Amino acid sequence: MNTRTSPLARAPFDRTLLLAAPATLFMVALFIYPFLYGLWLSFEPAKGGWLANYHKFFTADNLWPTIWTTLRLALPATLINVGIALPIAFRMRVKSRYQRLITTVLVVPITLGTVLIADGMLTYFGPKGWLAHVLELLPFYEGPIRLTHNYWGVLISLVISGFPFAFLLILSYITGIDPVLARAASTLGASPTAQFRHIYLPLLAPGLAMCFCLAFVQAYSVFPSAVLLGAPAGPTRVISLAAYEAAFEQYDYSLASAIAMIMGFVQLIIVAIVLGLRGLFYRGPVVGGKG
Amino acid sequence: MSGAKSWLDRAWSGLLWGTMAVFVVNVAMLIATVATNSLAHRWLGTWLPDGWTLNWYLQAWKDYQLSDILWVTMEVVLAVVLLSLLIGVPAAYALARRDFPGKRALMLLFLLPLMVPPMTYGIPLATVLYKAQLAGTIWGVILANLIPAAPFVILVMTPFIEQIDPNLESAARVFGAGTARMFTSILVPLLAPGILAASLLVLVRTIALFELTFLTAGPDSQTLVVALYYAVFAAGVRAPQSIDAMAMIYMVVTLVWLLIALRFVNPTQLVSRVKEHPRAVA
Repeated sequence: MNTRTSPLARAPFDRTLLLAAPATLFMVALFIYPFLYGLWLSFEPAKGGWLANYHKFFTADNLWPTIWTTLRLALPATLINVGIALPIAFRMRVKSRYQRLITTVLVVPITLGTVLIADGMLTYFGPKGWLAHVLELLPFYEGPIRLTHNYWGVLISLVISGFPFAFLLILSYITGIDPVLARAASTLGASPTAQFRHIYLPLLAPGLAMCFCLAFVQAYSVFPSAVLLGAPAGPTRVISLAAYEAAFEQYDYSLASAIAMIMGFVQLIIVAIVLGLRGLFYRGPVVGGKG
Repeated sequence: MSGAKSWLDRAWSGLLWGTMAVFVVNVAMLIATVATNSLAHRWLGTWLPDGWTLNWYLQAWKDYQLSDILWVTMEVVLAVVLLSLLIGVPAAYALARRDFPGKRALMLLFLLPLMVPPMTYGIPLATVLYKAQLAGTIWGVILANLIPAAPFVILVMTPFIEQIDPNLESAARVFGAGTARMFTSILVPLLAPGILAASLLVLVRTIALFELTFLTAGPDSQTLVVALYYAVFAAGVRAPQSIDAMAMIYMVVTLVWLLIALRFVNPTQLVSRVKEHPRAVA
C-alpha cells in the first residue's frame, strides 16, 4: 500500500487506512509470499524440466489417485453434513429452550478436534467397543463390525466433526432471515414446505453455498483422521497425506509444493462450481422492508 | 387429507429428532469411552473395566512431559490471541469505517486463509519458515497460527465496529482526542464484549488447530493437540489408557475455555461471523 502523501495529491491521504497496514503486511508476508514461493518452487524440481513435478504427480500411481480418494471422502461427507443439517436447522429456526440446548451440545464435537475424535473412535467403534456390544444384543447382528481402519471410519469422523459445524452455520443463516417474510406467506396460505421452497431456500442460497464451501474445505483437508482411523497406505491415502510425505519424509519440498498447489486448485474448482450453482438462485436482501 | 398430512409431518419430525439423537448419543458414548478407558485398571472387551485407577494420568503426565506441553500450549495460545487482536482490531476498524479503492481485494485477502485448506498454504509456509530458521521454534508456531486467527478477528470484529455510532468518535475528535486516545477511551470500552468474544473464539480455535502447528512445530514447540497426535500415531509403545488420559486432559482444557466462551458468545458465532444487529425500525 502506498503511504506517501504529498500536498499536491488531490485528496489528502486518510490516515485511518494505515490501521489496516499491519494486518495487510502480515498477510502478504505470511500468506501471499509463501504461496507464491510455493508456486515458484513447484516449477523448480530437483531434476527434470520445469513441469517435472506435475508430470510426476499425474503419472505416479501413488499420487494422482489421491485426488479421487480425497474427493470420494470429502464430497459425500460434505453432502451428508449439509443435507442433514439443513432440515434440522429449519425445524429449529424458532428461538426456544431446545435451540439453545442443542446448539450448546453440538459445539462440543467441534472443539474436540479431529485427533481426539479419532482416538475415541478407535475404542468406541472398534471390534470390542461399546457399539459392538450393543449391536450384539440385536437378533440380526452377524459378525464383527468394521468401522475403523477403513473408508467408513474416516467418513464417520468427518461427519462427527463436520455436522455440528454445518448445523451451527446454517442455523445462524436461517435465524438471520426475517421471519416476517414467512409469516406473510403463511397468511396467504403457504404450508411450511412451501415456505421453505419459495422463501427460505432462495434466501438461504448464498449461505448454503458458503456453508458447503467451508464444510468442504474442512473435509477436503482431512489429515489426522485419515492416518489414525483410515488405511493410509490404500483406500484413505488422501492428498494432504501425499503432500506431507513428500515434504517431511522425502524432503522434496518442490514436489510437496506442487501437490499443495494441485490440492488448492482442485479445491478452487469445487468452490467455483458451487458458487456457479448458487448464481442460478435469487439474489437480494434477506430482510423484509418497505423500500 | 389433513390427517394424512399431520401423520407425514410427525414422521418427518420424528426422523429429524431421531437422527439428531443418534448423533448426540454416539458422540457422548465416544467421549465416555475415552473417559472410562483413561480411568480403567484393565478393560478388555467387557462392558465395564475390572477396576478403576488414576495412575494413567500420573503416567501420561510423566511420560509425555505434559507440564512442558501445557506450558507451550498456553504460551502459543496467549501470544496468538494478543497478536491477532493487536493487528486485527485496527484493520477491522479501517474496513468498517472507510470505503477505499481495493477494499474488496483486501476483504478477499482476509477471507482466503479461511477458505483454503491449511495444508495448501501450510506446506509452502513451513518451507519458508524453515529457510528463515523459525520453524521448529515457538515463534514459528505462533506465526503460523496467526494466519487463520488474524483474519478471523477481522471478520468477527468488523460488524461489531459497524454498529457503533460514528458520532461518538466525532465528538471525541471535537474535544481534541487523537486516534490513540479515541481508541483507548471510546472504542475499546464500547467494543469490550466483541473483543472478548473474538479472543475466546480465537483461543478455542487455536487450541484445536492441528495442521499448521503440526507442520511448523519442533520437539520443543508442540502444542497439546500435536503431542496427542504423535501419542496416538506411535501407539503400541505406550498403554492406550495413558493416551486416553492425555486426550481427557486435552478435552478438559478445551471444555473449560469453551464453557467460559459460551457465557459470552452465542454458539452459532463459533463458526460464523457475528450477525449484524437488526437495524432500529424507523
